[in-house]
Amino acid sequence: MAAHATVIEAPKGFVRKYIFSTDHKVIGIQYLFLAMFSVLVGMTLSVFMRLRLAWPAEKWPALQQLFPEGFAGGPMTPEFYLSMMTMHGTIMVFFVLTTAPLSAFGNYFLPIQIGARDMAFPVLNMLSFWVTLAALLVMMAALFATGGAPIAGWTAYAPLSAIGEVAGPGLGLGQTLWVISIAIFCVASLLTSLNFLATTINLRARGMSLMRMPLTVWAWFTTAILALLAFPVLLAGGILLLLDRVGGTSFFIPGGLVVSDQLIPHQGGSPLLWQHLFWFFGHPEVYIAILPGMGITSHILSTFARKPVFAYKAMVGAIFAIGFISYVVWGHHMFMSGMSPFSSMAFSITTLAVGVPSAIKTFNWLATLWGGKIRFTTPMLFALGFVSLFVTGGITGLLLAQPAIDIFLHDTYFVVAHFHLIMGVAAIFGIFAGIYYWFPKMFGRMMREGPGKVHFWLTLVGVYAIFMPMHFLGIAGAPRRYAELTEFQYLKPLESLQLFITVAAFLTIAGQFIFLFNFFVSLFRGKRAGVNPWESTSLEWIIPSPPPHDNFGETEPVVHHGPYEYSPPGEPKDYIMQTEPARQTA
Amino acid sequence: MPEAKVEAVAATVWGGGTFPFAVGHKKLGMWLFLLSDSLTFCALLIGYSYVRVANPNWPTPFHLWPSIAMATLMTLILLSSSLTMVMAVTASQRGDRGGAARYLLLTILGGLAFIVLHANEWLGLIGEGVRLWENPWNVPLFGATFFALTGLHMLHVASGVVYLGVVAAGVRRGRMGHEDVEVSGLYWHFVDLVWMFIFPMVYLLSVSMK
Repeated sequence: MAAHATVIEAPKGFVRKYIFSTDHKVIGIQYLFLAMFSVLVGMTLSVFMRLRLAWPAEKWPALQQLFPEGFAGGPMTPEFYLSMMTMHGTIMVFFVLTTAPLSAFGNYFLPIQIGARDMAFPVLNMLSFWVTLAALLVMMAALFATGGAPIAGWTAYAPLSAIGEVAGPGLGLGQTLWVISIAIFCVASLLTSLNFLATTINLRARGMSLMRMPLTVWAWFTTAILALLAFPVLLAGGILLLLDRVGGTSFFIPGGLVVSDQLIPHQGGSPLLWQHLFWFFGHPEVYIAILPGMGITSHILSTFARKPVFAYKAMVGAIFAIGFISYVVWGHHMFMSGMSPFSSMAFSITTLAVGVPSAIKTFNWLATLWGGKIRFTTPMLFALGFVSLFVTGGITGLLLAQPAIDIFLHDTYFVVAHFHLIMGVAAIFGIFAGIYYWFPKMFGRMMREGPGKVHFWLTLVGVYAIFMPMHFLGIAGAPRRYAELTEFQYLKPLESLQLFITVAAFLTIAGQFIFLFNFFVSLFRGKRAGVNPWESTSLEWIIPSPPPHDNFGETEPVVHHGPYEYSPPGEPKDYIMQTEPARQTA
Repeated sequence: MPEAKVEAVAATVWGGGTFPFAVGHKKLGMWLFLLSDSLTFCALLIGYSYVRVANPNWPTPFHLWPSIAMATLMTLILLSSSLTMVMAVTASQRGDRGGAARYLLLTILGGLAFIVLHANEWLGLIGEGVRLWENPWNVPLFGATFFALTGLHMLHVASGVVYLGVVAAGVRRGRMGHEDVEVSGLYWHFVDLVWMFIFPMVYLLSVSMK
């Protein structure tokens, strides 16, 4: 405790305070802005994809000025479409869905919610941000690399990703930069997760027992375990892929491979090995994106339903169960890649088992709402939206978990709809809920509720309008990863659906500008936020908004209560702060 | 802090605040790093096993002399350096800073000897025509896996030598304490442990019976 009690001097000077800062709060905000930049880039790339899908033959003179190669001859080339798809997936998964919920909110609020003054390793924390930024810069370089951006997808399937330029444009320099960026990102992720775990284990305030931690902390803690154990495997895969590309090895390249009429002079490797290494990381990665959203949703539902989280311990158990099972399901991404039916069956059973803890969580969320005095604030709306999207996206997971069904649906839009709803949009709703909920604490001002609610409804209706039709496209057999679907006679009747999706996507994107406007106007003009504007109970709501450099000043918080003591009987107000002295429990 | 408040906290489920596993940040951080790093090596070793099983003509080129003998000697040196590392930790626990620094130096020498012998081993194989992409036995992945696995391990040994050097200097000048020595010891033993997987899997499974 001695080290804990020393007063930390706030750094002086702009650079130490805002740029090379070791303050977990500043780093959290840096991560948040990094993710916001990345999401704008990723969103722009999806606009390109939707343009091509809705109007395949249309010429775009303005875009042709910007990307002469990508629009050679007028319409967007299929290769350019594939590079947009690859970069959209990569940027969204790594630099938005991994960065915003875990690194941004986790950095800012994990130490405060457990009553710590900073992370266990502040300098490593600063490094992890700058290493992430380096990874992003290399990825941006891949986007503008000579020869174009890579076209191998965010999964970088070998041998396409391993044999270089002969396999297509963008698979030269672009793909090499892609691999390097991902390897750098793995290192950053290691630094972050190690720090989160050490902080949660070692730096809790007095009385902050494990079972008094907010579910957000449990979610970040579990996510950090997943990241700690998943990214090193991707790092190993990345090193081998890089060696294949620049060192002449053939880890992932089989013998006798003929690509573009050329015999590839490699032998002995296995493309399946890449898939195993990638998906051993890739499946936990899906949960790295969604688990913090689950934590934030639990926290916000309880706060605004003015009720304790239903079955707190079951919630903790479910988070851990999901985290654990996520390591034994990776094969369900490979049902189509060639796998013994026995393995398929094993992976199918473990995958279906994820449904159990997921259902426990959903049940508990609904039970938390049951009979509550619900306050429909914007963060609450987004948390409710999260539950809705989690159920919609999750239920199709149970279909896809069965090899017999997956073999039909695997390479279709059905899967695109499934993973966008569950790991894309649901996680994004978790991020939005977090931003609306914590904005007052982070920036000391309230966001406006009116535009927030308009933003919510536009986004909710918008994403359902985008992704629901994709299920139908998938069932009808529309293959994914194709730049053009007009060649297929059997898809003719569904062409208008593509147009509908594109229009819905553009309207949804337009709705996001309401959010951006609200965010930046509130940053400077918003109503001043008090210490605890939401009447919430966790530790971040006992300190000023925004918090001072050492969070709790000279006093150390002492915790006497669980995180969700709302509407206790016989109390004058309907919540008990975690730090209020114990009365009945003695 | 007033006494009464502490009482109230003590009456609750668990006091918190103290380190529940009595492990400091640095040591915990190192353990977590090693956990993560072990998965990188696991992935490489499993990848190696995968392609080895998938290639029926996997070569077994290591003769008892000099390859296996030298690799055994390297193993012995690395194991001994773990022993001197233990001595360094014990010395620093006693508060014997000079002794700790001396034993760290011996450990560093062990690491350097390992690197020199291993580099010699590499040069021998390169002399035989083994490259990342080809080798005389026509199974290109033999060289690829060999150099990738031992290369990453050697990188760890080399960083370990630098790391121990920093700790030795820090201990001698009194800038670093017992925990730093112990934490560097964890790293060194881990690097040693990884070799105990690489030695049988890469060398002993590829002994030439001719």
